[in-house]
Amino acid sequence: MTTVARSETATPLATAVADTPRTIATRSFDDRAAWLTSMAGAAALVWFAFGLLGWSGKVGFTLLWFVVYLAMYATVTALSHPRPVVIERMVAAVVAGGAAVVGFALATTLVYTFAKGAAALGHTNFYLQDAAGVRPTAGLDHGGILHAITGSAIQVGIALVISLPLGFGTAVYMTEVGGRAAKTVRTVVEAMTALPDVLAGLFTYATLVLVLHFDRTGFVAAVSLAVTMIPIVARSAEVALRVVPGGLREASLALGASQWQTVRRVVLPTAKAGLATSLILGIARIAGETAPLLIVSGASTYQNTNPFTDPMNSLPLYIFSAVRSGQPNAIARGFGAAAVLLALVTILFVIARVLARPKSGRR
Amino acid sequence: MTAVLEDAPRVLSQTLTPGDRSFRGLVTGIGLFVLILTGAIGAFLGYQAIPTLRHYGLAFFTETQWLPQQDILGIAAVLVGTVEVAVIALLIGFPLALATALYISEYAPVRLRSTLVALIDLMAAVPSIIYGLWGFFLLQPHAIHVARWLAQYAGWVPFFHVDTDPGSATWAQTKFTASAFIAGVVVAMMVVPLACAVMRGVFSQAPLGEREAALALGSTKWGMIRTVVIPFGQGGIIGGTMLALGRALGETVAVLLIISPAFDIKPNVLEVGTETISALIAGLFGEASSSQLSALLTAGFFLFLLTLFVNTVAAVFVNRSRSGASTEI
Repeated sequence: MTTVARSETATPLATAVADTPRTIATRSFDDRAAWLTSMAGAAALVWFAFGLLGWSGKVGFTLLWFVVYLAMYATVTALSHPRPVVIERMVAAVVAGGAAVVGFALATTLVYTFAKGAAALGHTNFYLQDAAGVRPTAGLDHGGILHAITGSAIQVGIALVISLPLGFGTAVYMTEVGGRAAKTVRTVVEAMTALPDVLAGLFTYATLVLVLHFDRTGFVAAVSLAVTMIPIVARSAEVALRVVPGGLREASLALGASQWQTVRRVVLPTAKAGLATSLILGIARIAGETAPLLIVSGASTYQNTNPFTDPMNSLPLYIFSAVRSGQPNAIARGFGAAAVLLALVTILFVIARVLARPKSGRR
Repeated sequence: MTAVLEDAPRVLSQTLTPGDRSFRGLVTGIGLFVLILTGAIGAFLGYQAIPTLRHYGLAFFTETQWLPQQDILGIAAVLVGTVEVAVIALLIGFPLALATALYISEYAPVRLRSTLVALIDLMAAVPSIIYGLWGFFLLQPHAIHVARWLAQYAGWVPFFHVDTDPGSATWAQTKFTASAFIAGVVVAMMVVPLACAVMRGVFSQAPLGEREAALALGSTKWGMIRTVVIPFGQGGIIGGTMLALGRALGETVAVLLIISPAFDIKPNVLEVGTETISALIAGLFGEASSSQLSALLTAGFFLFLLTLFVNTVAAVFVNRSRSGASTEI
């Protein structure tokens, strides 16, 4: 680090020398030319090869182009640089390429869903009507997904009421009480977050429907969602509680507060933002959960706001059955519902991000 | 004479107030309840599995067909299919996740870093049915060309063989659709953010002093990553990959949307048709009779055992690579 003296009396010559920072890393004209011409050369060569050999497919073209580009870039670099530089550039190119593939996949997922859903999203009846008596072949100006949106909202709400106390309670247990049993709980909860969602549905079915003889109502669907959500909330809430500084807890205890008072008045308020984030991420996850619903939930075509009688539809279930029908109009409606679901999840996600943004700028 | 006053330590009382005792009791109860809930998932599925296992015996593990009407069923084919899809997903997903994690933590401009982290988290939050739609409608028409190319030039490898002539001018496109390969690519896209988030987390914790020491000794950036970042993040790389494997084994809806069911053990993953346990359960549950239900629950039980094992190993690795239990000021 150099400190630059800014004195008024310095001679112009001295200031000029002191003020120019040395450029540490730079790409020379040669480097840039090698990079660009390798890209262009590889594209031309692969295009030629495709024409010659009668190959097809954009994905294959891109993959082959990348491989040829790497080979060309390595050769050109090797002409004027030592081996470590060649390896360095190859690794940088491969890493950036991998990241680009992932970014491209995410971008196409988002754009494609909204683009295909646009046809259905333009009709107001899509949001205001249910699908009672609407055939899959019916035009897009008939019927809508109101029943699926309502059903999803009710089911997620019930799941939230069940998993909020259980998830937060487990997190408090893991951080505030601790001990050997808490370690086991943590390992199991962590393992459960990646447990197949279809098994949550199977479990709910085996207990509530087979043993306790419930019908396949909205409530049963909500329980299966709660089973999925509890470990997710518990795990991320635990992370939020763990970053509460231990000094704050000790200060509170030293002032004579009981542990319950410490948790209620110090720990939980400090971790408020993190807890809200964990909750919202949990909601975002279960809002799009399809597999357990395929098992425990019946699907209605009409508006049903009672979770305890009759089947209830939900957004993921609606999307699934719509795109499987094979009818172009039903598929368009399915994509419309998918766009609504994706928008909902994205909004929840952005809210969670804004809440979680650290005030002191620490990341 | 005065008696010498001994410095006797004050006896500290360790008893909790009644309020605290009930508070600790309550949260301990909740924690153990959640623990029991997991146990209950296994226990219930295991209990439901007993009649099926008694009825079919060991044949349940060796039979490939799933014909409940003829009383012939087994999980040999679906188990192989499940592992095939998961392995393909990892073969594609692991390098991508590692590259993305390295890019975000080492190569990306510092200003962009938090945005990229948020995007990866968003990718993890996208519902699996959306990936299913993406895979079925957008990816599949492109992926069959790659599959054809592999079959044409690497068809002598048993995995890439497809029972048609991929070289002919009017090639049988339907032979390449709905395969384990395409399902694996879609599942890869879903496990990448999961693995990437874990890996990036440990990479960003690699000690700054050692990074700077490597660079000061004249190492290139890759040299620094190879000798400092990757050895430090090993636990996270393994743990993240195992978590991804657990997720890939259990992925349901995206796979169900893409594959067409086929109940035979086949190594040729590019060819149409395969089946996984979770897709089998979700696909057949609606119209299952009670004996069939029991068989599906048994299949679910083995999926549960498989993923629980993988996930627990992953959790152990991830926990080991994590820093202290609480933050101090």
